[in-house]
Amino acid sequence: MSRLEVLKTYKIYIGGKFPRTESGRYYTPEQNGSKLGNICLSSRKDFRNAVVAARSAQGSWANRSAFNKSQIIYRIAEMLEGRRAQFIEELIKMGASKAKAVKELEESIDRLVYFAGWCDKYQQVFGSVNPVASAHFNFSMYEAQGVVSIVAPEDSALLGLISAVIPVIIGGNTAVIIASESMPLCAISFAEVLATSDLPGGVVNILTGHEKELIDHISKHMDVNGLLYCRENVPLSFDENCEINMKRLSHLYSTNWSSEDLENPYLILDHLEVKTTWHPIEQIGGSAPSY
Amino acid sequence: MKNLLNKPLKKHPDFRHTTTIDQVGVLERTSRITKRSIKNEAKMQGLKMALNMIDLTTLEGADTDQKVRQMCNKAKNLHVSSIKLPTTAAVCVYPSLVKTAKKEVEGSGVKVAAVATAFPSGQAPLDVKLADTKFAVSEGADEIDMVISRGRFHQGEYNYVYDEICAIKEACGKARLKVILETGELGSLDKVRKASDIAMYAGADFIKTSTGKISPAATMPVTYVMLQAIRDFYTQHNIMVGMKPAGGISTAKVALHYLIMVKEVLGEQWLNNNWFRFGASRLANDVLMQIEKQLSGAYQSADYFSKD
Repeated sequence: MSRLEVLKTYKIYIGGKFPRTESGRYYTPEQNGSKLGNICLSSRKDFRNAVVAARSAQGSWANRSAFNKSQIIYRIAEMLEGRRAQFIEELIKMGASKAKAVKELEESIDRLVYFAGWCDKYQQVFGSVNPVASAHFNFSMYEAQGVVSIVAPEDSALLGLISAVIPVIIGGNTAVIIASESMPLCAISFAEVLATSDLPGGVVNILTGHEKELIDHISKHMDVNGLLYCRENVPLSFDENCEINMKRLSHLYSTNWSSEDLENPYLILDHLEVKTTWHPIEQIGGSAPSY
Repeated sequence: MKNLLNKPLKKHPDFRHTTTIDQVGVLERTSRITKRSIKNEAKMQGLKMALNMIDLTTLEGADTDQKVRQMCNKAKNLHVSSIKLPTTAAVCVYPSLVKTAKKEVEGSGVKVAAVATAFPSGQAPLDVKLADTKFAVSEGADEIDMVISRGRFHQGEYNYVYDEICAIKEACGKARLKVILETGELGSLDKVRKASDIAMYAGADFIKTSTGKISPAATMPVTYVMLQAIRDFYTQHNIMVGMKPAGGISTAKVALHYLIMVKEVLGEQWLNNNWFRFGASRLANDVLMQIEKQLSGAYQSADYFSKD
């Protein structure tokens, strides 16, 4: 007797939980004639809920010690390593060859480890003590921007996603991600990895669905502080909306997501703000103290 | 204008036998109310109405004159918007800060409510409670929020609770009296109903769910039971009593659910701030953000709204 295959429903990831889309709509992307799964068509309300979750998680995530963030990112790499088989199978399902799938997974894990190392180092490398012409100790530090919304790469389901999101969160930002429309499987499986690693709920939120439907709401939402667009051409309306509400928009696109250019600490800085502090000091050197 | 002050009814039923509540039915009914879809125009009207029903509240040990002044200013000028926004209904403070608040809201139509009677526990002798109430009234409070003696209530001394409310009511003079049942400490919906009845027979102008100091505070089932008590009281005695859910209502969406509930249980007559209030400190900003969302089409950020 032939068996009817059960097609998995991939639910979205908001605030550490896996709800179905509020809209109740689904789509079934196909690869070479076979259906990949039931994928949620997220609505503007899902996006709104995700931003609320990201906002409430942001303060405490930014306050975690740098070392602890490093441990957590490394833990994500460990968990991904532990679920190799599932990710390789999904990458193949979405059209990759066996060899390519293994390569993409391994590079993804390596990239996580690479950025885990940067968590407690970027501040020392890029922060500065500045020379000023008065009796002040003047220094600049990097601070998180807040909630960053990411439109993940369309053509790289796992490696591209990780390359986009990890640099954003290690600076203390929280993220709301719109996953690849045609290849969404790895994004949601990656959410399952995040949920079982030590990353607090709400730091990363992952939605699936049509870019076109969501893009206006993403760029107009006042509680989103920054945007990272990782597909080929930034849509004009996106650009215009960001101009109106003064959101920082950055564009990260590569035709080769395994390129070493993407292992780059400057990607962390893209969504950080510089805070400069003036601290009065006793004049040292020159004249003798007055007391 | 209709006289807004109720009087105690000397003839009251034996409070040992009051109506019992079908808990399953109440939960069923309230959960259905949360599933309504409210469309744009109605939503906008509801949001503005909700703003105008808020008792902006600060009841902290750390309250200072300046904090109260700041809150009063917020009550008067909620937000700079492209449309005209109402003020809140009242500000709610401790008796010692009534004078400060009163001076600040003068001429704006915003009322000053004071919590009295050894708020929030109510564990004090009656003469202390009366003195507390009289002090608040003499400082200029327009409304008094009293707490009932939950301990006595649980001991079955319903007539003591009734007499106490009557005495406080008398001490209020021209100030309207809100009776806080602190439903989170009452235990069951039956007791909520009983306490509501006692308060209304004793002359309450409003019945109020909670102090906001303990959890759970206002919930929809509890509010529903109290609204029904108000309706029954109105049918029997033709006396209107107001309702004030307080604590825990922090989003515009939930506020709209409450308004629907009021409209469906009590009707249009109750849909103004003489008869319905929200006791809340955070609700106002969420409602304002929703109003701006309706006007601009974009979801708003708390960064662009005043904190208190």
